[in-house]
Amino acid sequence: MASDRHHRLSAVSAVPALHVHQVTVRFGDATVLEDVSFDLPAGAFLAIVGPNGAGKSTLVKVALGLVVPQRGHAALFGEPAGDHAERVGYVPQLKTFDRTFPATALELVVTGLRRSWPARVRPAEAERARAALERVGAAELATRPLARLSGGELQRAYLARALVRRPELVLLDEPATGVDFLAEHDLYDLLERYQADSGATVAMVTHDLAAARYHADMVLVLNRRLHGYGTPDVVMCEECLQAAFGHKHHGHALSL
Amino acid sequence: MSILDALAFPFFQRALVAGLAIAVMAGLLGVFVVQRRLSFLGDGLAHAAFGGMGIGAFVIVSSGLVGSRLGLFTQPLWFALPFSMVAALVIAWLRRGTRLSSDTAIGVAFAVSVALGVMFFSLIPPDMNLGVSAMDLLFGSILGVRGGDLWLILGVALGSSLVLLLLWGRLGYATFDDELARADGVRTDRLELLLFLLAAVIIAVSASVVGVILMAAYLVIPAAAARLLARTLAQMTVVSVLLGVVSTLAGLALSFYLDVPSGSTIVLTQAALFVPAALFGRR
Repeated sequence: MASDRHHRLSAVSAVPALHVHQVTVRFGDATVLEDVSFDLPAGAFLAIVGPNGAGKSTLVKVALGLVVPQRGHAALFGEPAGDHAERVGYVPQLKTFDRTFPATALELVVTGLRRSWPARVRPAEAERARAALERVGAAELATRPLARLSGGELQRAYLARALVRRPELVLLDEPATGVDFLAEHDLYDLLERYQADSGATVAMVTHDLAAARYHADMVLVLNRRLHGYGTPDVVMCEECLQAAFGHKHHGHALSL
Repeated sequence: MSILDALAFPFFQRALVAGLAIAVMAGLLGVFVVQRRLSFLGDGLAHAAFGGMGIGAFVIVSSGLVGSRLGLFTQPLWFALPFSMVAALVIAWLRRGTRLSSDTAIGVAFAVSVALGVMFFSLIPPDMNLGVSAMDLLFGSILGVRGGDLWLILGVALGSSLVLLLLWGRLGYATFDDELARADGVRTDRLELLLFLLAAVIIAVSASVVGVILMAAYLVIPAAAARLLARTLAQMTVVSVLLGVVSTLAGLALSFYLDVPSGSTIVLTQAALFVPAALFGRR
């Protein structure tokens, strides 16, 4: 797997998939991100790690153009963040999901194609949406109401929605929260398969340091400021993590 | 006398057409109101319209415009409309711009508007016959719809329904998940503002004719029942409009046969449709 990754990264273009330059974000008096800069090469698998409240989700929102930084800027494929939504597949935190909304999994996936809510799903859209659900191993979910899906099933539906438009960059905000270990393992598997197939870049916020170390090409350690950015071997050292997390709790993950 | 005989009366025809027009636009709007947990917004804006009416009635009386050649424009509605729109903007700003939740923001606008309405209506000399009273505006009378009111309601129903249908996909997406829609380039802040302003216009115009309470019912009950019956947002929208239409037809017919007030019969008919939906609808 490591050799695959190096092959993938060696073939990438010079324009970074995600360019973040001196980004500072404040919400009221609180500084959430401070002077964060990095370039994510196209084709890489990035894990963004850090303690709760470190600004990880805010960083993803800056990349999506949802949060405009007070200072600095972010660019996707050399263009200002938010300008090319069609090139990005976004998987939000599942906790934002409204379970009272009347919808089927197929309709959710179609929003990834149409970028609006479908009143009637056209046959061509249904075909692509079903294919996307099938790719994530969730073909049987198509007609199921979203409210009835388990955490893992919902995660697959959201992933199918993100991938249906064949994005060049997949941004995931803690997609494994609330799902079991097997579902999380499947998620990495699906993302790696999509990446191998499409050459896309993946950036994912995660709490799972062991998984980050195992699956990611690049790791970004964040706690308001950038505490480390590079390959897992270099960045996930005891000192870097301790500086970001402030304690030795995560030491066990490094030995996995 | 049968219901067919009643249909020959122009006042009954006007009530029927006005009721159906309100059922359609409130049914469409209600889907987004209910799904965004803004059911209280209908009450808040309807009462804001009441406050605006009170101010309007006082201004018209004290400036001697009653019965002037300005005709329709001397109705309190023309004060209620901008007042409700400002109230909608204030609620939208309190929601997005402060830490207050929707119900609190609406509660503030609600209380202030009712207080203003009651105060200004009390300042009007009792011998001034303006054709509207505080009680009329709260409880309304769908059978008292006048020709000019009907055209106004039809115009607002046509315009607002068209806008709601054109924006349905984007409104639905933003209602499902504001952040996801924004990430896809949907300007959800502008959409919400437009939704609030549309709600203000629909509610002010309808409430001025059929009363604050009937309007609030039209906005919430059919959409809430539809939510319990539908599996998709499109189904919910169709069922919401249909339940509004059916409750208008059945409510007016029942009120005719039972000789009871038409507005409250329509609300109770809506409730009669809601109960089985709540008992037997999807969980």
